[in-house]
Amino acid sequence: MPQIAQLATTYSSQVFWLLVFFGLVFLVVGRGFVPKVMAAVDSRDKQIAADLAAAEAARKAADAEEEAWRVQANKQRAEAHALVAAAKLDAAKATEARLAVANKTIDVRLAEAEGRIETARAGALGEIELVAAEAAGQIASRLAGLSVDDVTARAAVKEVLHG
Amino acid sequence: MAEGKVDPVHQFTIEPLFGTDHLSLAGYNIAFTNSALWMAITAFVLIVFVGGGAKQALVPGRWQMAVESFTGFVDDLLRANIGASGRAYLPYVFSLFMFILFANMLGLLPLALVGLHPFTPTSHFTVTGVLAIISFSIVLIRGFTKHGFHFFSLFVPHGTPLAMIPIIFPIELISFMVRPFSLGLRLFVAMMAGHVLLEVLSGFVISGTNAGALTFGIAALPSFLLMVGICALELLVAGIQAYVFALLTCVYLNDAENLH
Repeated sequence: MPQIAQLATTYSSQVFWLLVFFGLVFLVVGRGFVPKVMAAVDSRDKQIAADLAAAEAARKAADAEEEAWRVQANKQRAEAHALVAAAKLDAAKATEARLAVANKTIDVRLAEAEGRIETARAGALGEIELVAAEAAGQIASRLAGLSVDDVTARAAVKEVLHG
Repeated sequence: MAEGKVDPVHQFTIEPLFGTDHLSLAGYNIAFTNSALWMAITAFVLIVFVGGGAKQALVPGRWQMAVESFTGFVDDLLRANIGASGRAYLPYVFSLFMFILFANMLGLLPLALVGLHPFTPTSHFTVTGVLAIISFSIVLIRGFTKHGFHFFSLFVPHGTPLAMIPIIFPIELISFMVRPFSLGLRLFVAMMAGHVLLEVLSGFVISGTNAGALTFGIAALPSFLLMVGICALELLVAGIQAYVFALLTCVYLNDAENLH
């Protein structure tokens, strides 16, 4: 077995070159490259974690925004409803007031018109009495040859007309 | 090749390369051997692989994804065994895991097809032993600097009756001291056994084929089919042993970091 047979002559060379090359590997790979690689891995992990956290935060912010928007929208809708209701009420009141004015005007006019009709009728009645009295006087003079004066004729006509 | 004589352990022979047989440092021979060459190849491939994936892109490409899955794997291993403070050991445990994994895998490459001979440094206990001692040293240094002499309470499990402590303490101490040996030997044995098995079976294939049609049918062909399956198994073992080495290092580091 060369490992034992050559031990005495080769151990120093084996140990020396192992220390040289393993030392080289340790310095270049272990101390040089590995920290770099681990730093890259760590920074990547950190970035992924940070990105996830940022995404989560953004999602929460969006949720909060949406909630706020909903509250705002509900408030505005309620305000709009109130405005519309108030406007309706105002409009109804205004309509009522104008209707009342118009009614009043109509009533006044009606009353006036009725008054005019009443006077016209009264005037017409007086006219008819006069005409009837004249006619009655003439009828009496023609038929009976009686001369009836105006006053008597009128009284007689009035008596007939008004009972 | 055709003589049918295959030495199954010849593949572990260490040969100095490039005429560096007598290169020495402070009296110790440090010849640049085939083992050293394959450690160098392992280090190079590993640096290229991890370096190519250290682009730090926010959206990783395939290569970066592959490297990040390895670092993530070792990071999870440390977190599961040690907790949040395990991050500090990531450079070491990652280097250890990847170095063993790549050395194991590269040693299994079928490069003999093009005339090259792959060598598995982790099939030598001098190599695995040094890695085990490094892990064990880190455990000891961390344990004593963090807990001081209180670290010895590791050898007295919770709820041990007072009378039992003189017996329990040496047992726990021995089991603790055995750790670097078991750690290093496990990897060495697993790697060597697999390579020896493949070499023995390939010897069957060669001698069976040379001895005629009958032995080809009853020995060489089944051995060859078995080799195909064992090659797949060896790839699995290469990964598992690297994982076990890293996992046990994490478990031992947890003792140092958190005591019990």
